[in-house]
Amino acid sequence: MKGLKNIFAGGWGIIAVGVVIGILAPLLQKWGNPGNMGVCVACFERDIAGAVGLHRAGVVQYIRPEIIGFVFGSLGAALIFKEYRPRLGSAPIVRFMLGAFAMIGALVFLGCPWRAALRLAAGDGNAILGLLGLAVGVWIGTLFLKGGYNLGRTQPTHHTAGLMLPLFMAGLLALLFIFPAVSGEAKNGVLFYSLKGPGAMHAPLLVSLGVGLLIGFLAQRSRFCTMGAIRDFVLFRQMHLLSGFIALIITAFIVNFMVGQFHPGFAGQPVAHTMHVWNFAGMILSGLAFCLAGGCPGRQLFLAGEGDGDAAVFVMGMIVGAGFSHNFGLASSPKGVGPYGIEAVVIGLLVCLFIGFTMRKRIA
Amino acid sequence: MADTVDARGLSCPQPVLMTLDAIKAAQSDEILVIVDNEASKENVCRAATNKGWTVADTNEEAGECKITIKKG
Repeated sequence: MKGLKNIFAGGWGIIAVGVVIGILAPLLQKWGNPGNMGVCVACFERDIAGAVGLHRAGVVQYIRPEIIGFVFGSLGAALIFKEYRPRLGSAPIVRFMLGAFAMIGALVFLGCPWRAALRLAAGDGNAILGLLGLAVGVWIGTLFLKGGYNLGRTQPTHHTAGLMLPLFMAGLLALLFIFPAVSGEAKNGVLFYSLKGPGAMHAPLLVSLGVGLLIGFLAQRSRFCTMGAIRDFVLFRQMHLLSGFIALIITAFIVNFMVGQFHPGFAGQPVAHTMHVWNFAGMILSGLAFCLAGGCPGRQLFLAGEGDGDAAVFVMGMIVGAGFSHNFGLASSPKGVGPYGIEAVVIGLLVCLFIGFTMRKRIA
Repeated sequence: MADTVDARGLSCPQPVLMTLDAIKAAQSDEILVIVDNEASKENVCRAATNKGWTVADTNEEAGECKITIKKG
């Protein structure tokens, strides 16, 4: 298989992957997932945090099989094509913090870059502010990259270390089977479930898992990354990843239109608010944190699947960040930003700037 | 003697940034870039090609890939 040219890494390959995600994500909504949340990595990791009780926001608690599928799809692809390479040691604690603040920013906007794209493709005008913020955040990140910012080299490590996040995901899946959702019950065994709100809306478990596996597999092969799409265009004027991201948006728009999920406007959009400044600023924080950490939340899951322990730490940072976000009242709701959301965005930006300015040692 | 870029242990975009810096500062018509993952290899080859350089050789062994790029 190694000798096989990687067709998905080519120009049409990345577009094909964007098209596949653009078809499946809106369909997941049709099959039960929350509005414009076919696949939202931040939202779904937040739901996982809720399901295990790291926060107790009752409306967002569910072990999302899509996330588990992303990691295992990528692991499978990496193993088949001999790209599984356990590695870690590139400033993991910094990545944890970047993950936490990326999540906090995303939950002020109410979505990661994936959901921003899906929201736009369903006519949610607020997503324009989010995507603009994302671009500005990534642009600030590229200034640091040009100035020599880096998190240092990784080291090869034991297979066991590379398997930690896949095993954690396997544990979550086991819990989901041992303590499945029971109609009308907010808790089964150790897992919390939502009785209403987005957390109560989900596609059938095996469908979600299957779609997650497929997207994880394809994204590992193609290196699909929503942050990298913008970063590479800003840094190198390179359209490669961006063409995949744009293909996702256009395809999702067409599919939404066909299945009656396209509703243009700003007010009354599903799981969204209309505070433009904070939609914009939340995603600046998120975009900057993703850029400093080297990948969008999806890409971090795919990297973790191929054995990148630092990306795994970023993922754990996002899950813990979701806990802080809801426990501290930082996360927005359809009514608007949370009581301390604005302060959190400011602090998060300061933390990212501190990291960006101070970690600029040239690589030896 | 070709210029050498050691991008082992680094992930995108660092290997590409380092390669582009090396292309800008190139003393010779040949640069050797060492990376240790497939994504970096693809990205470095793509970036070099975009700059009008050609990928003369890729040599993979022991989890590392030595990419030789040449001007023109």
